[in-house]
Amino acid sequence: MKEPLGATGLVFNESLLWEKGRKGRTGFSLPRRDVDPSPLEKGLIRKGPDFPDLSELDAVRHFTRLSQWNFGVDSGMYPLGSCTMKYNPKTNERQASLPGFAAAHPLLPADLSQGVLQMMFDLERYLSEITGLSAVSLQPAAGAHGELTGMMIVRAFHQNAGKPRSKILIPDTAHGTNPASAALCGFTPVPVKSDERGVLSPEYAASVMDEDTAGIMVTNPNTLGLFEEHIKEIAHIIHGKGGLVYVDGANMNAVMGIVSMGDMGVDLMHLNLHKTFSTPHGGGGPGSGPVCVRKDLEPFLPVPRVVKEDEKYFLCWDFPKSIGKLQAFYGNVGVLVRAYSYILSMGKELKRASQLAVLNANYLRIKLTGIFHLPYDRPCMHECVFSDKMQEQDKVTTLDMAKRLMDYGFHPPTIYFPLVVHGAIMIEPTESESKETLDLFVEACKAVAEEAKNDSALLFDAPTKPKARRMNETEAARRPCLAG
Amino acid sequence: MRYFPHTGEDIKEMLDEIGLDSLDDLFTPIPEDCRRDGDLELPGPLTEWELNAHMDALAQDMAVPPEYRVFLGAGSYNHFIPEVVRQLLLRSEFYTAYTPYQPEISQGTLQAIYEYQTLTTRLLGMDVANASMYDGASALAEALLMAIRITKRKKVAVSRLVHPFYRRVVQTYLTAPGYEVVELPYRKNGTTDLSSLANLEEYAAVAVQSPNFFGCIEDLEFQGKKVHADQKTLFVVAFGEPLAYGLVKSPGELGADIACGEGQSLGIPQSFGGPGLGMFAARQKFVRSMPGRLVGRTTDKDGRPGFVLTLATREQHIRRERATSNICSNHGLCALASTMYMACVGGTGFRELAQLNHDKAEYLKNGLRKGGATIPFDAPTFNEFVVRFPAGFEETHGRLLQKRIVAGIPVSPFFPELSDHYLLCTTETNTKEDMDALIKEVGS
Repeated sequence: MKEPLGATGLVFNESLLWEKGRKGRTGFSLPRRDVDPSPLEKGLIRKGPDFPDLSELDAVRHFTRLSQWNFGVDSGMYPLGSCTMKYNPKTNERQASLPGFAAAHPLLPADLSQGVLQMMFDLERYLSEITGLSAVSLQPAAGAHGELTGMMIVRAFHQNAGKPRSKILIPDTAHGTNPASAALCGFTPVPVKSDERGVLSPEYAASVMDEDTAGIMVTNPNTLGLFEEHIKEIAHIIHGKGGLVYVDGANMNAVMGIVSMGDMGVDLMHLNLHKTFSTPHGGGGPGSGPVCVRKDLEPFLPVPRVVKEDEKYFLCWDFPKSIGKLQAFYGNVGVLVRAYSYILSMGKELKRASQLAVLNANYLRIKLTGIFHLPYDRPCMHECVFSDKMQEQDKVTTLDMAKRLMDYGFHPPTIYFPLVVHGAIMIEPTESESKETLDLFVEACKAVAEEAKNDSALLFDAPTKPKARRMNETEAARRPCLAG
Repeated sequence: MRYFPHTGEDIKEMLDEIGLDSLDDLFTPIPEDCRRDGDLELPGPLTEWELNAHMDALAQDMAVPPEYRVFLGAGSYNHFIPEVVRQLLLRSEFYTAYTPYQPEISQGTLQAIYEYQTLTTRLLGMDVANASMYDGASALAEALLMAIRITKRKKVAVSRLVHPFYRRVVQTYLTAPGYEVVELPYRKNGTTDLSSLANLEEYAAVAVQSPNFFGCIEDLEFQGKKVHADQKTLFVVAFGEPLAYGLVKSPGELGADIACGEGQSLGIPQSFGGPGLGMFAARQKFVRSMPGRLVGRTTDKDGRPGFVLTLATREQHIRRERATSNICSNHGLCALASTMYMACVGGTGFRELAQLNHDKAEYLKNGLRKGGATIPFDAPTFNEFVVRFPAGFEETHGRLLQKRIVAGIPVSPFFPELSDHYLLCTTETNTKEDMDALIKEVGS
């Protein structure tokens, strides 16, 4: 292997904010005071909060140095499975920062906010076209928030029919958040085992579905990167007992323009705009998790909804069956602007994005077979899941290899998930990575696997190149120090 | 398409490696009857040039300062964002990273969140803060669910002066699992009336907002004592305008068990209401019942200080359906923006800025009063307040819109008993000249 991507260079130590600065400095330009002081009652007043006083450059250096300790998609390949760490186009940032969007107050009269309302209305239509489901709410703030919204709709649907139900089926290949989202709505999750091929079997689904079960929450493609090929049959079984089929659409990046969720028998689903539609992950958020539903579930969507009448857009609250409201206003509009911009930039090329994402994943699947163990040896969708089984004899784990990949200049894949694969290594390259980058990644994985055999101490000691070494997580949890 | 690196040759070589002939062959695992027919019917693809023109046109179809003089608050506040914050946030090592699962290469995000948690506890006077949640409304709902878990009681009381949209969110979150929300009335002075609150031992929590929806500062100390007459009941203090705590006493000083609310004021653009920043802080003894991500300090293999996500056993990916919440992200970038903002403004500046916000509101309040409007609630306010205009103000409000002045929002859609009442807000961004223009127009 030629010289690896990962290198060391000068980064800086940087103290905590409050260890810097000096009382009396400032990094802020207060506007000129044009009104007289008007003191508030003494009894109500505090001393100012105990924040440090920094100069503008103190603050700039502080956060610049912190940023240099981070790894982002812009730094290098970030094959974090199920997270779709694709490129975040720069033009999207420009659009979201236009004052017409960024400085818009949410309670402006509709006449004065036509631009953003039109954007939201059209984005709903585009997401509807992409999923094949007829109505959309942009309100949920994240994927898990979308799941919660979806589960509330399922609950409301059954209640409205006069037959509340208490259970929900959740496959072992679904996303980890699903059981918690269902439980928040008062459902008892019933685990459903996938078969030896890594997908759901209609027979098993039929054996656990009953008339106290509200429906099923399927991640499709699932977290093994496999398409649930019996989905239509399973949907038929669920519908036969009066249940609903919910799809966690976090993995939609595999199937845009390829499938129609509506035609597959899906009743409702959420999308992750921060995955499939290129909005930045922001170090953990904000994301956006729109919920798409079939026609007869539309009355249950959160309020307010964007409505168009006589070429004018407005927010309508008059949906008596609505589950209510999930966040203070209408959704993460700043994120919506970015996703909308992405969709317009791509048009029908979105299908190409899915094709190339699946191409990249299958290329890695082939190239990495024999380096890592591949428990489900079949064509995959946008991601593929390996394990550390081949390294077991050398007592090297997935964690060790993940840490060593950092030294080679790659963000590690998702590890130890899904739980159905022991020591899982879940790799999602996305369509953004070039063949050269994928080849470099394969080289790095090969080198790490070689080291596992011949010089495992290198892995146990890894990473050595980032600013920080392996962290003592036990100490952190045992004696939590959460504020300075 | 400039986002795709693949040339025709690349694709061919890769397909050869996989042993397939075409891109379509990649999708053979998908049964025919799940496929869609035909291309996606979407506009575009637009060039970057076309996209800019299209987005500029949409953005122009919006009423924003400085073309409009906007006196709106009610949960979203127009504060000045220093250029420093805007530019630092564009460091793409921050915004193109994800949740810091791998701490060795995420120390920037982790230290910043630790700093955010710390500044949040200092601002709110609390012991511990999480890494943030979606927004103020969902943070309040999560706080009440947390109180329900801690006390094992099924009922909460929420002041009517909590933002009506927050109350709606609380209702939505709490109805699904079957809990009860009781609303508390307000007093003539514009603060919450707790006198009707009986059988405290049935309540998991009592929640108020300060400053409340009318802009009035609640008597938290008195209310806290009253709520704590039952040892188990939690006193939850919500907020929509955290800048107020630059001037007025913090919820923690006055007895709050959980303080939660919206942090948008702290360097985050209004963006038509989102993304916001759900700030969430509690007393130390409740830390293991808290929802959301937490960053803790520890050391690395070489003994050097560093940071990790911690106490994950509360969380959905470990505890599944028994987790403290289903939330699995935070509003990381918004939390980062607020940390940058608090760092730039500083303790001294934060106090001055808060005082200035208050003083501007008092100036406008007095001006409107002199012009014939009344101030119906006499509890002290911070940077927004309710005004009662003479009957028929609706027309004036409409006329002012024509003149590019947005004179607050009517209160009556939320409080039908308060016709002709409007909620107005001023921040450091509203000049005396703007306010004089409003005062003059209203008086004319």
